Amino acid sequence: MSTEMALALTLLIPSLGGIAIAWAGRYPNLREAVTLITASVLFAVVISLLQQVADGGAPTLMLIEVLPGLPLMLKVEPLGMLFGCVASGLWIVNSLYSFGYMRGTNETNQTRFYICFAIAIASSMGIAFAGNMFTLFIFYEILTISTYPLVAHKQNAEARSGARLYLGLLIGTSIGFQLVAIIWTWVAAGTLDFTIGGILRDKIDPTMLPILLALYMFGIGKAALMPFHRWLPAAMVAPTPVSALLHAVAVVKAGVFTVLKVVIYIFGIELLSETGASGWLIWVASFTLLAASLVAISKDNLKARLAYSTISQLSYIILGAALASSLGVLGGALHIATHALGKITLFMCAGAIYVATHKTEISDMQGLGRVMPFTFAAFCIGALSIIGLPPFAGSWSKWYLALAAADTGMVLVIAVLMISSLLNVAYLMPVVARGFFRPAPAPQPVGAAVAPGARFGLAEAPLLCVIPPCLTALGCLVLFFYADEVVDLLRPIVG
Amino acid sequence: MSLLFEHMAALQVAVPLLSAPVCSLLRGGRQPWFLALAVSWFAFFASISLLIQVLDSGDISYHMGNWAPPFGIEYRVDAINAFVLLIISGISAVALPYARLSVAHEVDPRRHGQFYTAYLLCLTGLLGGTITGDAFNIFVFLEISSLSAYVLVAAGARQDRRALTAAYNYLVLGTVGATFFVIGIGLLYMVTGTLNITDLAERLPPLVDNRAVQAGFAFIIVGMGLKLAMFPMHTWLPNAYTYAPSTVTVFLASTATKVSVYVVLRFLFTVFGPSYGFVGLTFEYIFLPLAILAMFIGSAAAIYQTNLKRLFAYSSVAQLGYMVLGIALGNVAGLTATVLHLFNHALMKGALFMALGCVALRIGAVSINGVRGLGREMPWTFAAIAGAGLSLIGVPSTVGFISKWYLILGALENGWWPVAVLIVASSLLAVIYVWKIIEAAYFGAAPEGRGPVSEAPLEMLAPLWLMVVANFYFGIDADLTTSVAGKVAATFLGGGS
Repeated sequence: MSTEMALALTLLIPSLGGIAIAWAGRYPNLREAVTLITASVLFAVVISLLQQVADGGAPTLMLIEVLPGLPLMLKVEPLGMLFGCVASGLWIVNSLYSFGYMRGTNETNQTRFYICFAIAIASSMGIAFAGNMFTLFIFYEILTISTYPLVAHKQNAEARSGARLYLGLLIGTSIGFQLVAIIWTWVAAGTLDFTIGGILRDKIDPTMLPILLALYMFGIGKAALMPFHRWLPAAMVAPTPVSALLHAVAVVKAGVFTVLKVVIYIFGIELLSETGASGWLIWVASFTLLAASLVAISKDNLKARLAYSTISQLSYIILGAALASSLGVLGGALHIATHALGKITLFMCAGAIYVATHKTEISDMQGLGRVMPFTFAAFCIGALSIIGLPPFAGSWSKWYLALAAADTGMVLVIAVLMISSLLNVAYLMPVVARGFFRPAPAPQPVGAAVAPGARFGLAEAPLLCVIPPCLTALGCLVLFFYADEVVDLLRPIVG
Repeated sequence: MSLLFEHMAALQVAVPLLSAPVCSLLRGGRQPWFLALAVSWFAFFASISLLIQVLDSGDISYHMGNWAPPFGIEYRVDAINAFVLLIISGISAVALPYARLSVAHEVDPRRHGQFYTAYLLCLTGLLGGTITGDAFNIFVFLEISSLSAYVLVAAGARQDRRALTAAYNYLVLGTVGATFFVIGIGLLYMVTGTLNITDLAERLPPLVDNRAVQAGFAFIIVGMGLKLAMFPMHTWLPNAYTYAPSTVTVFLASTATKVSVYVVLRFLFTVFGPSYGFVGLTFEYIFLPLAILAMFIGSAAAIYQTNLKRLFAYSSVAQLGYMVLGIALGNVAGLTATVLHLFNHALMKGALFMALGCVALRIGAVSINGVRGLGREMPWTFAAIAGAGLSLIGVPSTVGFISKWYLILGALENGWWPVAVLIVASSLLAVIYVWKIIEAAYFGAAPEGRGPVSEAPLEMLAPLWLMVVANFYFGIDADLTTSVAGKVAATFLGGGS
């Protein structure tokens, strides 16, 4: 299989998978088999590209020249490879989980759900491997549109208004700011190709750089920088596998990935650190980081709390980019992977709790850990990884970020990182503590017995809802020991 | 065969013109339709061959009856009008296969012969007004197309009697516009003694300070501004588009206003020139603010409409604002955007109004409440609306994006930052009104009392989808359209100054 072929396949497989799913729509078992096969084949193809990238290769595929000098182009580089692996790998886990969840809660329109999921993955692959900002932008928009039906899945008034906010903010910021920034870049630099060291040096007045950067950063609404973060909690109305997709696999990851791409390949780290154009971003990101954590503490709804936690975690990555140092960028990139593993675990656990008990509020979860030990154990590991405790993967990315802050002399940023870790403990651990250590309320309230097997003893969700979070929790542990390899893979992006 | 190509410029207009009276003699619904279809396809073929000739071997000058210009009438084909001819005849060639069922459903069966006669005359007028190189001829042809357009709009009266007042309103305002236009031509004729456009362009430069010339310019711009529905002279448009039969809306929305834009371009850049002080002032102080107002007021009005045809009619007002804005920018990128958008907007609105025609065929009226829940029952039709709607918004990989790209480029080239921001801000308004429909169709519950609805017939879906695919095709491979448009813009600005 030639390299170009493999690259084209990363887009084709999920797209064709989507069509096959539509055809198989009437037979749920076949449909889900198709989903799983598509996901596995895609992952295999992405892995086949991994080796080349690790050896320093840059597989390139020219699709078509839309306007003179403005081609649709795919080009794999280490950062995109990392995102591609994360998205395609977690799609498998998330698919397994979706089967359990969607069946367990008897959701309607499941075929539409799986089709949109496949399209979303196809566009994530497009984002991961885009060779220029124009290509990336196109897939960015496709991702927004293809995930809209997923957010509006329940089709009630709440889902509709949530989805409206979702679409409005994402399309609004991307067309209103990001597109302007892209065209500005094109006018100034005459190219949009991702180039190490950036394309803007000497092309644009340094005093304008912060403004351009702001257009990009607020234009990438998927990175949920405050004040354009509201879509993320609003999208919580979606079924849990969708939340997992949004938070861990595709959407927000596409956002912060784009942030890193812009900082590394459009501006160039050196240009940013020389001109200090990203100085303001450090403080906006720090503010978002702390404010979102504080809001998370106040939320009793588990998914809402996790949503604010995501907003906060995304700002770690933006912070890494804003520090404009190689360590910061590495830490940010690593955090894409580690946060993805941790957050998907947490979401899948939240979903499993909902499937088994129909509970969504943290205050109702007293003692649940005793009847759902696997779910709560996985939740605990995911939480520890997000907090950043060894031996879980999340510790590495925070370590690199702290190093970067020290390296650039930003003592205050180190303080922010530490305070935020404490806040993480404050909003994540109580869930675990309530589950394991607080006794269950003696009489089961009426209505909680909807779930299958509400009798005492073990009352876990269906197997397909429990195994995937356990797998990703294990992943958090494994990645801790292999973080070095990931950093080695990424090192070329910082020159 | 070579004789055919030699006279292609004349045949482009003569064939539809002469077949119109024949059409009025034909009986029933099928025969007149078939004649109109054959003529449209021929016109499409003719316009393609003209465009190829122009791109290969330069402008064509065809002398009617061998009378040499400026005394005889000259048909002059260059890149811009060959391109506009292609748009008109192309839309007609796609709209007619679609028309048969829709017209049979919406127009009185006894009047099909007359309906298609009026249609052919309208086509003749639009093609003739575009191809001719004679200013008075433009007036004559545009009146042919306008008079037949009033009839076509009034043909919607069987569905809704309000079509009559809409047609009447259109008639009054259209006639005012035409009168202004002909007064302007008269003033120029009085001063220069010629009606031939090339000749006019040569004789005008020494007369720039002549008040009559300036007044003539003003009359022409106002007259054509009315015809092209430039804000705030757009009031005839929403009702005319709303109450006309679906096929008529498809055809008029994609072609009629485009020809007026073309005539404005012709007068601004060939006859006059942006270097004339009063022309340049028009750009900045009249076109620019009016275009921006059109973009916002048109879109804002669209958001509040419940009738979908009217919604897209208001959106057309906004889209015409983009075309005028491109002119106002006065640079190559902006003008390229205008010319591109002539084509691109025809594709979007053609597809959207065709889809609404499919809906009208099945459920009668097209209101936002009426289409609730229809997404599942008419999946192809609504997927088409979604696709063309994305193009209207200007999402990348659609033609709408290409137009906006050049428009923003043009604004940035002038250093007009706020304008670039306003362009993107107005696209966001399009998101709102397009999404209103998508949401109603896919996530709304069907209104009570509506029985099962079946998908539109293939005969209508195929042309519809052809348009939708074109929206994406020319958005992904924009080489053909941008090179023609870029060439046109470069000639206009190179030749005018």
